[in-house]
Amino acid sequence: MTTTTVPTTAALSLADDALVLSHRLGEWIGHAPVLEEEVALANIALDLLGQARFLYSMVGDEDELAYRREERAFLNVQLVEQTNGDFAATIARQLYFSCYQGLLYGELAAADGELAALAARAVKEVAYHQDHAVQWTLRLGDGTPESRTRMQDALNALWRYTGELFTPVEGLPVDPAALRDRWLDVVGGVIRQATLTMPDGPDHTPWAAGAGRQGIHTEPFGRMLAEMQHLHRAHPGASW
Amino acid sequence: MVTTVLEDELRRIAGSVPDPELPVLTLDELGVLRGLRVTGPGRVEVELTPTYTGCPAVEAMAADITERLKAQGMAEVSVRTVLSPPWSSDAISAEGRRKLAEFGIAPPRPTTAGGPVPLTLSVRCPHCGSLDTTLLNRFSSTACKALRRCESCGEPFDHFKEF
Repeated sequence: MTTTTVPTTAALSLADDALVLSHRLGEWIGHAPVLEEEVALANIALDLLGQARFLYSMVGDEDELAYRREERAFLNVQLVEQTNGDFAATIARQLYFSCYQGLLYGELAAADGELAALAARAVKEVAYHQDHAVQWTLRLGDGTPESRTRMQDALNALWRYTGELFTPVEGLPVDPAALRDRWLDVVGGVIRQATLTMPDGPDHTPWAAGAGRQGIHTEPFGRMLAEMQHLHRAHPGASW
Repeated sequence: MVTTVLEDELRRIAGSVPDPELPVLTLDELGVLRGLRVTGPGRVEVELTPTYTGCPAVEAMAADITERLKAQGMAEVSVRTVLSPPWSSDAISAEGRRKLAEFGIAPPRPTTAGGPVPLTLSVRCPHCGSLDTTLLNRFSSTACKALRRCESCGEPFDHFKEF
């Protein structure tokens, strides 16, 4: 029996990112603009949920971790908890996050560690998520004046949550700060190809106490969590 | 790895379980059965790898394998999920690919390193064989398939994605 220690904070941070974004994407079910998109967003959500489940089960009980923790115990970045907004806002969030997650998983898969196997599996899934976000960014940016305005507004509005992606995570064998230049290249390239403008506002919120990785979350997160957790909390131990 | 006659036989039985979502394929043809070991009298341990981390079929596969092996007199069957090395669509056998096409699902093309295959490579329509097909959606009825349409015969079809 080998004794390896799973980096708890790192596993939880990545798991919470995946779970929270999965839940947000799941909120599109029944509301997406066309059936094909509904299927696409639900499939992306399912991939993320699968990643979250693997990561949670590495450090504890999946249900306890997903359904019984309070808001301040969640370590996801604030970007993924933002409300879906219009379709452009969801795509901007997907573009920013999938490009980050793809780079991060790529590095983790190459690094030696407990998270390498999951990352090697998931990096291929994320390549499809990223492709989906890129194609939509191009189509909306280079589309009608309405779609273009909305896509630009969405990129600008979510920009303030992108800086947090590159803050260090305890126990993670990869320094997220080292991904920043490549992330800017990829995201910037897509934005320019979509004939849009790179946002130039601050890439962080003015709140100095920290952000999602420290358990500090934005206003919509509490309500999302309440909805996500209420069934489990109302019926402890219930099963299908 | 040295296997016993019993292990070979049990592996054949476990491998012949149909995929719950694509019943035209067996788990062996899909390439998700990673190993089987008899660990004691009536005790067997099976290793499965998921196609996608979120694949909901894994639990059904594990239940089906357990049922089949118990019918063979194995009292204790444990099915473990392993991630490494990650499953690839290249693991689908030649016979599996033939069956997919016959079932109306375009089989995956060989993968390139890391990520989606450039869309310039054409996917053959499983109905009429035309190469003039268009991608409608990167995601289809399951995460592992994309939705395409044939421009020759007009039929939509699923394409098992390169992964």
